[in-house]
Amino acid sequence: MSEQTLTSAAAARGPLAMQAISLSKDFRIGRGNTLHAVRDVSFSLYRGAVVALVGESGSGKSTAAKLLAGQERLTSGTIRLDGKQVQVSSRGDFRRYKSEVQLVFQDPFSSLNPIHTVRYHLERPVRLHQGKDVKVGQEVVSLMEQVRLTPAKQFLAKYPHELSGGQRQRVSFARALAARPSVLLADEPVSMLDVSIRLEMLALLDDLRQRFRLAMLYITHDIASARYFADEILVMFAGEIVERGPAEEVTQFPAHPYTQLLVASAPDPDNLGSTLRGRVRRQGPSTSGRPQNLEGAATQGCPFNLRCPFADDLCRREDPALTQISDTRGAACWHLDVAAPELVPGPGEVGPATR
Amino acid sequence: MSADPVADSVTGPAADSSVPDPAADSSAAGAGAPSSGLVLDIRDLSVVYRTSIGDVRAVDHVNLALEAGEVVGLAGESGSGKSTLAYGACRLLRAPALVTSGSVIYSGRRVTRPADILKMRPDELRRLRWREIAIVFQSAMNALNPVLNVRDQLLDVIHAHMKMPRDEAHSRTASLLDLVGIPRSRLRSYPHELSGGMRQRVMIAMALATEPEVIIMDEPTTALDVVVQRDILSQIVELKESLGFSVLFITHDLSLLLELADRIAVMYAGQFVEIASSDEIHREAAHPYTKGLLNSFPSLRGPRRELAGIPGSPPDLRNPPAGCPFVPRCGYARPECQDVDMQLLPVTMSRDPDHVTACPFVLPDTPAPSAAPDSQAGELGT
Repeated sequence: MSEQTLTSAAAARGPLAMQAISLSKDFRIGRGNTLHAVRDVSFSLYRGAVVALVGESGSGKSTAAKLLAGQERLTSGTIRLDGKQVQVSSRGDFRRYKSEVQLVFQDPFSSLNPIHTVRYHLERPVRLHQGKDVKVGQEVVSLMEQVRLTPAKQFLAKYPHELSGGQRQRVSFARALAARPSVLLADEPVSMLDVSIRLEMLALLDDLRQRFRLAMLYITHDIASARYFADEILVMFAGEIVERGPAEEVTQFPAHPYTQLLVASAPDPDNLGSTLRGRVRRQGPSTSGRPQNLEGAATQGCPFNLRCPFADDLCRREDPALTQISDTRGAACWHLDVAAPELVPGPGEVGPATR
Repeated sequence: MSADPVADSVTGPAADSSVPDPAADSSAAGAGAPSSGLVLDIRDLSVVYRTSIGDVRAVDHVNLALEAGEVVGLAGESGSGKSTLAYGACRLLRAPALVTSGSVIYSGRRVTRPADILKMRPDELRRLRWREIAIVFQSAMNALNPVLNVRDQLLDVIHAHMKMPRDEAHSRTASLLDLVGIPRSRLRSYPHELSGGMRQRVMIAMALATEPEVIIMDEPTTALDVVVQRDILSQIVELKESLGFSVLFITHDLSLLLELADRIAVMYAGQFVEIASSDEIHREAAHPYTKGLLNSFPSLRGPRRELAGIPGSPPDLRNPPAGCPFVPRCGYARPECQDVDMQLLPVTMSRDPDHVTACPFVLPDTPAPSAAPDSQAGELGT
């Protein structure tokens, strides 16, 4: 793949922590059908940096996180942690791996056990991952302070239903940190929360990233939050990475038609009423449209070709590989010169197909 | 508020839409009814939740009016009382919720004379519900019946609320799906066979089935991702313009309302803190809470702004604090705030004559406070 020559925008922040190389995951869905949930996905996480995985529901972003977390078996591909290939073959291996790589789930209402107190939720991972000679009580209180659940004493005896959504998510963060991980995978950590507290939670995650030099994977469908929070953005569609690059560049000058659609769909108060209240049709890839286009991906050729305004026979026939646009950016599209002429000049200079 | 060309265009043959008009035979007394004006007028509504430790004042003496063809947005955090307000106004709450004061005057095109929903007899209420005021519930996953297919659920709504021959009702289910952009082949699908976006569209089709005057949308797109969300919202706007209903849109996402709504009412701790046209809210928000909400979402376009969010959490409504409930989280707070009686005062400098705010001290042009009350909140973006 050509992407190996790409430098990640997150690399400047710190040393390499985790590498995903050509990850693929297939699910069998009855009668010999296969769902390619993740296809040939490669990226790297660096200490102290945030990489955002952005895409719509069903794009495979959560599956990618589960692969990295060791909760799904790879169909093919390699995961490296600190340069060593990850082999999880025994329970002990898995536990050691979990000490390094932790996952935070989307829904704080179902990811905490309703019959256990906050204390139980935090003491257990501390005992499991930090050995016998650690002072559990102290450690738990310090974790609570890290995620700003203070006064800690007051919260320790509470059950999940006694906490607000934001407080529950803080418990989830503390639980993940209890293992002292180097990699934190956050699967839509704020999308179930109110808009007004999302920012506070992202600021908290950002703070934890700095303090513990966490390598973070931030999974979201909200590309606007990725702009503010992440160093590098990977845009996923139908299990493939269709575009990647520095967060600011990708959101301001999206190259791939799908990224352009994502950016156009985000609510834009500065563009008052021009898209929704007025009857002005949007430019670029249409968001509303034929009913048959509402659902997902093409099975042949470029997965986006059903919804893409630039699609032609080539797109319907062959799936484009990730093409390098600059040192840090790449996009998988046959027609970048049409879709993003300001980024990719030169007619038809798409580069030789690699497959 | 804004004179709606839409509302006028609808008064004529409203049956222009692709949906066959079922109202033709029923009590279509709307011939001489005014096309614009208030459809729903909520006055002094209070709702409490009776608990063993005291009443939770979820909605506290609020006034809200909805005009024909208008989209009014109801914004606020979870627990601010926005859903309770809407459900209370339709008498959809049951104990321990209790409506303790107020009136809700409904005057649609099909009813001859305005009536107070809170005083209606059960049979009147039955005629009103869904026929006049329909609701799109928050989670389509739970609101649809998992053991009925799409067509049966739509038929259920039609037969429960309208007199219509079977074959006509059947063809109507198909045209309803056309309306919301779902292929007719999906009529026989069960909810679990549909994507989240499609389920939400089915919910909207159910709400449209009886051609109601008012549709209450309770966070209809919260669980969906942005592309589908935009898709559904633009569809709602298109349908509204062709069918001419009014929308009360409940959400915690103010950025959405800025694009969608004509007027926005911001709710905090069971009371309105600011009401204005969405343009005014966007440009000239007066209340500190509204300002905080506006500063909470990352924008995709334009330069990177400093984002602050709103630290802290809403007050305990069992025992609301004296004066303004927002004081503990407010960057502008001062001692006099304890004595504020939460009257909505007109913002005289505003371009919208109906712009009102509950804060007597802070105006749209008041400079931002230098330090946030909780400096731990942190800022995002380097």
